[in-house]
Amino acid sequence: MITSPNYELLARQGNWIRLSAMTMTHRAALGHTGGDLSASDILASLYLGGVLNVDPEQPTWPQRDRFIMSKGHCSGAFYSVLAARGFFPLEQLKSFMKPLSMLNGHPDRNKLPGVEANTGPLGHGLPIAVGCALSARMRKESWRVFVLTGDGELQEGSNWEAAMTANHYSLDNLVVIVDRNRLQQGDFTENTIRMDPLAAKWEAFGFRVIEIEGHNPQALVEAFQASSAKGHPTCVIANTVKGNGVSFAANKPAWHHGVPTVEQLELAAQELGVTSLDEVPR
Amino acid sequence: MASENPNVCAVVNDSVSSTKLKNFQSKYPERFVNVGIAEQNMVGVGAGLANGGMLPYVCGASCFLTARAMEQVKVDLGYSKSNVKLCGMSSGMAYGELGPTHHSIEDIAWTRIIPNLAVVVPADSLETASAMRYSLLHVGPMFLRISRVPVRNVHADDYAFTLGKAPVLHPGNDVAILANGLMVERALDAAHDLAAQGIGARVLNMSSVKPMDEEAVLAAARETRRIVTVEEGLAAGGLGGAVAELLALQQPTPMRIMGVPGVFAPTGSAGFLLEHFGLTSANIQRTVLELIQQR
Repeated sequence: MITSPNYELLARQGNWIRLSAMTMTHRAALGHTGGDLSASDILASLYLGGVLNVDPEQPTWPQRDRFIMSKGHCSGAFYSVLAARGFFPLEQLKSFMKPLSMLNGHPDRNKLPGVEANTGPLGHGLPIAVGCALSARMRKESWRVFVLTGDGELQEGSNWEAAMTANHYSLDNLVVIVDRNRLQQGDFTENTIRMDPLAAKWEAFGFRVIEIEGHNPQALVEAFQASSAKGHPTCVIANTVKGNGVSFAANKPAWHHGVPTVEQLELAAQELGVTSLDEVPR
Repeated sequence: MASENPNVCAVVNDSVSSTKLKNFQSKYPERFVNVGIAEQNMVGVGAGLANGGMLPYVCGASCFLTARAMEQVKVDLGYSKSNVKLCGMSSGMAYGELGPTHHSIEDIAWTRIIPNLAVVVPADSLETASAMRYSLLHVGPMFLRISRVPVRNVHADDYAFTLGKAPVLHPGNDVAILANGLMVERALDAAHDLAAQGIGARVLNMSSVKPMDEEAVLAAARETRRIVTVEEGLAAGGLGGAVAELLALQQPTPMRIMGVPGVFAPTGSAGFLLEHFGLTSANIQRTVLELIQQR
């Protein structure tokens, strides 16, 4: 565990992830830019901010922390952070969605080191995370389980089934992170299905809730490293902006699966302050 | 198995009594998880337990387990190749009068087509025990369709289940009856009665629906030239469908597929419904004779 991460560096790494994801989406002509961009700082904080106890040299090390990317459609950002953390070479990101590639549109744990669960349909990650947390408990092991969901994703009932189980079994080794960008595929979440008050819902389900600004690396790292609330799972609601960091995508519903043009990539690179994708800022 | 292997654990959906896991729960409470009435979560939890290094058995009434959680079975188990064993209890029409919502006549059809998912339908309690032990050593997802209607043991005490093998329980060269689960006992009764009429009915126990013993099925088709399949499930898409697919492509053979004909069951006990749908040894005999006379 890094004792005091360089938060300014984490912010730059988050922006690297953003441009990496957009570039991958541009090359593949397919991807989920909005959600990639809202999740980038969350992912950077987890993997590069000293939160997740994982070993890229031993992706299946039994004592590793588990991170489950339940919002699996944001594979652009997820693959980028896995590569940045050293699970596979950066060069491989260029194969995103190419025929027979290890980098499928949604993550596959049998193809790619660092992936714990084959997510994509939404609502699958939290039950799996609960199972992982139960397993650690049964084995008397002290690794933690983190799962990142979208907010629209929480419309799937299976999430709440899992939340009830987490509460009933007092899974204090479980941290649910909600990427609360307030948008889903077609529209803003509150225009689709009213979900507020979201924090109150999680509290009612027995979770200790921490609500933070989801683009503030310090707030993110501190929330993830907060000591567990004894007997209660934790839910971190990260208030984010879908398409964050890029003016033409920020808070725009169409950018759920918008594909950037070459010109848009150049503009994004400028706005994000990223000059090269060949190296992760260190 | 739990006493021998500390990784064996169980997950249920409020189904402690229907899965007969009360003993497990009291002996190994720390390895027992009840998620309540929440099948999708139940299967996902199984996948997570396997990720963490445990050997989970996810158990519940087959009707709810396979239907409600089918996407989890497809993605969290099949696609993910998770080492989780599903036990679908009280399968087929075991719940009788409780009605079609509690029947699982489609579970074989649904599960056999999921890539990477093995599908086993034991014929008696000996085979169930043997298949369970086998499942512990099988790496990858497996669905065991367990019945509740009592049948006599049709296997010898030293029988050992093997995935992908269809043992011949009765020899014969005039027709082959391919059955699994409850129907094996009835197929054997039919075979004995047919023998008395000078008709040699070969009976194959198709407990391993997937992977299927294609060699044994093709040999039966080649050597007997008449195939009757019989299952406690829809005639469409299950065991009969699997056999028909193979034969149509590799060894076209006159067939009869006995099962529930594309309807939901009327009111009645399991025993009544099996009669109602003609899933009896008498009707198996009639079907064989009709097939033989067809030529």
